[in-house]
Amino acid sequence: MTTEVGPETEVKKDSEQVGADASEEATQSQEDIKCEKTLSEEAQDSPSSPALASQSSPSSQKKEKDLSESKGISRFIPPWLKKQKSYNLVEPKDEAKKKAVEEGQAVETGECQLPEEVTPPEGNLEKATAESQQVAKANDKEEEKHSLSSADTQPAKEDSKETEIKKVSEEQEEKQKIEGKRETKEVQTAEIKMEKAPKKIKTVQCKVMLLDGTEYSCDLEKRAKGQVLFDKVCEQLNLLEKDYFGLLFQDNSDQKNWLDSSKEIKRQIRNLPWLFTFNVKFYPPDPSQLTEDITRYFLCLQLRQDIASGRLPCSFVTHSLLGSYTLQAELGDYDPEEHNNDYISEFQFAPSQSKEMEEKVVELHKTHRGLTPAQADSHFLENAKRLSMYGVDLHHAKDSEGVDIMLGVCANGLLIYKDRLRINRFAWPKILKISYKRSSFYIKVRPAELEQFESTIGFKLPNHRAAKRLWKVCVEHHTFYRLVSPEQPAKAKFLTLGSKFRYSGRTQAQTRQASNLIDRPAPYFERTSSKRVSRSLDGAPMGIPDQSLLRDFSATTVGPAGGVVFDGEAVGQAKLKDGKGRDEDGSPTKTPQLELTQDEKDLDKTQDDLLKHQASISELKRNFMESTPEPRPSEWEKRRITPLSLQTQGSSHETLTVVEEKKQAEVGIEETVVIDEINRGKMQADTDAGETHKVEHLSKKDSSSSSSSDSSSSSESEDELVGEYQPQHRVTEDIIREEQEENEGAKKKEERATEIIQSVETLQEGSKLKVTVEHSQVTAKALTQENAVTIKTGEKNVMEEGKREENEEQLKINGDVSHVDIDVASQIICCSEPPVVKTEMVTISDATQRTEISTKEVPIVQTETKTITYESPQFDGSAGGDTGLLLSAQTITSESVSTTTTTHITKTVKGGVSETRIEKRIVITGDADIDHDQALAQAIKEAKEQHPDMSVTRVVVHKETELEEGKE
Amino acid sequence: MAGLSSFGKYTHAIVCCIPDSLGTRPAKDGASEGQPEPVDLAKAHRQYGVYTGILRQKLGLQVIELAADEGLPHSVLVEDIAVIQGDTALITRPWEPARRGEISSIKKVLEELKMRVVEVTDDGATLDGSDVLFTGREFFVGISRWTNHRGAEMVADTFRDFAVSTIPVPGSCHLKSFCSMAGPDTIAIGSSEAAKKAIRTMEQLTDHHYDTLTVPDDPAGNCVYVRLGPKGSALLHRSPEEFPSSQQPFQKLPDLTLIPVACSEVAKLGGTLSSCSLLINKKLDR
Repeated sequence: MTTEVGPETEVKKDSEQVGADASEEATQSQEDIKCEKTLSEEAQDSPSSPALASQSSPSSQKKEKDLSESKGISRFIPPWLKKQKSYNLVEPKDEAKKKAVEEGQAVETGECQLPEEVTPPEGNLEKATAESQQVAKANDKEEEKHSLSSADTQPAKEDSKETEIKKVSEEQEEKQKIEGKRETKEVQTAEIKMEKAPKKIKTVQCKVMLLDGTEYSCDLEKRAKGQVLFDKVCEQLNLLEKDYFGLLFQDNSDQKNWLDSSKEIKRQIRNLPWLFTFNVKFYPPDPSQLTEDITRYFLCLQLRQDIASGRLPCSFVTHSLLGSYTLQAELGDYDPEEHNNDYISEFQFAPSQSKEMEEKVVELHKTHRGLTPAQADSHFLENAKRLSMYGVDLHHAKDSEGVDIMLGVCANGLLIYKDRLRINRFAWPKILKISYKRSSFYIKVRPAELEQFESTIGFKLPNHRAAKRLWKVCVEHHTFYRLVSPEQPAKAKFLTLGSKFRYSGRTQAQTRQASNLIDRPAPYFERTSSKRVSRSLDGAPMGIPDQSLLRDFSATTVGPAGGVVFDGEAVGQAKLKDGKGRDEDGSPTKTPQLELTQDEKDLDKTQDDLLKHQASISELKRNFMESTPEPRPSEWEKRRITPLSLQTQGSSHETLTVVEEKKQAEVGIEETVVIDEINRGKMQADTDAGETHKVEHLSKKDSSSSSSSDSSSSSESEDELVGEYQPQHRVTEDIIREEQEENEGAKKKEERATEIIQSVETLQEGSKLKVTVEHSQVTAKALTQENAVTIKTGEKNVMEEGKREENEEQLKINGDVSHVDIDVASQIICCSEPPVVKTEMVTISDATQRTEISTKEVPIVQTETKTITYESPQFDGSAGGDTGLLLSAQTITSESVSTTTTTHITKTVKGGVSETRIEKRIVITGDADIDHDQALAQAIKEAKEQHPDMSVTRVVVHKETELEEGKE
Repeated sequence: MAGLSSFGKYTHAIVCCIPDSLGTRPAKDGASEGQPEPVDLAKAHRQYGVYTGILRQKLGLQVIELAADEGLPHSVLVEDIAVIQGDTALITRPWEPARRGEISSIKKVLEELKMRVVEVTDDGATLDGSDVLFTGREFFVGISRWTNHRGAEMVADTFRDFAVSTIPVPGSCHLKSFCSMAGPDTIAIGSSEAAKKAIRTMEQLTDHHYDTLTVPDDPAGNCVYVRLGPKGSALLHRSPEEFPSSQQPFQKLPDLTLIPVACSEVAKLGGTLSSCSLLINKKLDR
């Protein structure tokens, strides 16, 4: 028997709206806001960027941290404890922000405990989705908000929903930064921060090397965050599925570092030139799941670079095959007249390609007749993804015995290589903690089957920065691939010195969901030829393989000029120029200049040329050895000149607890993801306008009503350990969530005919809520509005997809009910079981808190609906008493029960409202019949204990009778 | 990168006739289990005949038979001499210097088959093909008495598409002395401590999931899985006469034609079912 209990605590912060924000913030986190503002400004103003500053002596770094972020965090903690409820709502977001900031500033020692129990690693997909949905839906709103809040540091107005989302994210980031900067314990809302940022206008020109070898340049506000630039680049590229990508900059030691989008660029690159390369950061394990061809195209460009540079090793056959698909994509069908014997020599298929290989490529090219460029790209990716080193980010290290090894970070975990041999592997689920201290990198590994104790394995990195870089990459990869939503900052328990770095972007699950919302016609884009050298110019084709991709070949006849060589700085400059020219054209401009740069005479590919290739390749390899994907020495060389103080704090010990979710958790994640997708899909399906209206409406209501409710709720929350829900913050968010939940429920219905209980609490719109509930019941009995994370059914993506349709329907409904969605203090407990559906109103709160909450909430028009469908009579009885039942059974004394708790923290900023939702998923697995009520009660109790400051808004119980599912 | 669908598909097999010297050479190298037993040469010839007959008629392979070389008593164990995946063949560098004389004839055949032949160039490398397990998705190379780390590197160097993981193999056996592929995602494994440890290591190192088929006897863990076109597949496994207790597990495998084969005499030299042939697929579908 597996009982999944997911108490979700949602905290919504309404911060972006200027007028409303102030009030809201004040209500929510009264103290924090004010302090934050001041602090936030300071932080922004302060020249020392967190990360860079951190590099300086550890002590100084620490100080900085303390001043800016760390102080904020540490201080935060106590207040949280004190002000539980109010803080909870506001804090989670802030915390995350803080963490991000902190990491940047000083990442010395941070220990993160296992996500499972302590920190909620898994994000709130729902929130994220909700956010995205909101954003998408309420684009208008956002814009308005931006204008109002002045949070829009970005001058450019984004038309697309995504752009809006980006803005939101940016805003969030800003908020985070500000918060981090805050010395005071208070948690600030993003609004204030936002306002400050835009005021300063000092622009810097920055240049970004794109994957096709062209350069993009733009002017950025000096204090712009990485996200601003990244969004600009993606806009330039017309790329929507951008979460797989990132910007790299190269430090003085030639190490490539990912630009943290949540932090100011200036603080990250310090004195380095504003030169970046646009690269794939997270290689999608299954490129076929990408939504758009253009995304696959950029991934292809990256992989061609990786392959040509030798970073991604291939066999002869694979080089040939991939090369043939490249030709098909860029040249189209083989034409014996047009494609003479030499046409292929212009392409770089491998680090060193022989005539034999070229012949093989041509031979294979002939077999691809009829494939469209997009199809050829897909075939390319299908083969490339199977390469063992696909998506593996290698880092040099030594093991405990001083033996040279390579650490490979990938989607599945950490791989240990000696030479080219894999000698060990640590899947993410096996890794309990990742940390670094000085130049050492540690992983704490779950005990093996027959072992009782966890073991910590240490590796020696070349220097502290390398260790930190590896650590960050691990954190990001783990979060991206394994979590539903980014991990929230550590709670009070976890507060420690050291880097609080967390991945702040969207996870793969989230980006997939977001991708489902994309409903634009396939964008037109030109494919750049990957010819290594344009013969037309000088007939010397030998460009460095890596950059062979620069040209636009297929789309235009630019032909020969496209080739770019990175041989020297000159080349890099050339590229830069090109990029400038290209900037504002959506399509990549071809760079004729590059051709000139290449002097090599390799038309015939003499051995000398090959040697050159190899040499360049070897260099590239060196570069690539480090995680950064793109090898572009010339540009980096320039950067070298500039002194960088990127040194990470040597003394500091950063520990990330990248906790692997147990299998169950993982399963749950997948499900949640699906749910989110569905929700989004629904959102899209629904009239955007309608939703937006709703959102706005809600937001307004929130602001107005929130103050009152907040005050009450906050007081309660503080006093009471049990997290009660604060309706105000949630308003918009709740709606979205609910929709999501409904969607999820639909899914479940399909699969298992699960019972869905939705409790919609609306302060003013109780009737509407009711409607929704009914609808949910009617439409989908199984609509389990599980708070996003809670549903852990073993549902598969396929299932979910199938459900999407239902979700869409639901969405419509939701739209109608949207008002209802506003959950003020509603706690929903959903017990879903296939056969019987019972709806009951249940508010779950601590026994002590219950009464209070219920009373308070009730007047507010909270309608708590619990639909519990129990097959077993036991549950029915329990269901009868709303909260009492669940609460009453607080002690679980069955030894056969194993409980897995997964916590998802999702921060969502929608429009002017930012929400922090913490969802805890508790999977109770037992061989024998378990008293689910008790299990649930205890789970809730534990959740409350763990997160005293949070309010439990919803508890969804999904009971599965099948062991497997629960285990999942 | 040949698709997974092609795993187990073969068109050709290279085998080597049994030299009379097989009987004269005791298994002093310790490769065989237990006390060195004298090889029953006549029986060995019979078993060889049955084996090649199965390859030809039941598996439909084109069998290329190398002439026996009396100077190379182990030459029947052709698997040690080459590692073949797709159209690439890595000529190994056997640990036993005397066996390196077997290379030339096999290399010649492989070249005639237009395989991409790669040779181990590292003088410090030793590699026996019996230490290389290709699962269809990746390679496991046993680091054994016969194969060293640098030998494994050669495998990684040659088959760059695939992950190559090293598996420590204690004692005097090869990796495939106790394991093999019994299906596209199924590893047959013996029950000895060494085998158990090896399979645990493989599970630790792999990104994929393999089913395991545990058999009581280590030698029975070596079988030969062959796909017979789209209709079905066959599994050569050690005969009931040799390992009666290891028959039952194979019955569990669905949709397989089980073909019991005895190779008791070759086994005295450390040979296995798989080590008596090199299987090649010349019809690579892409």
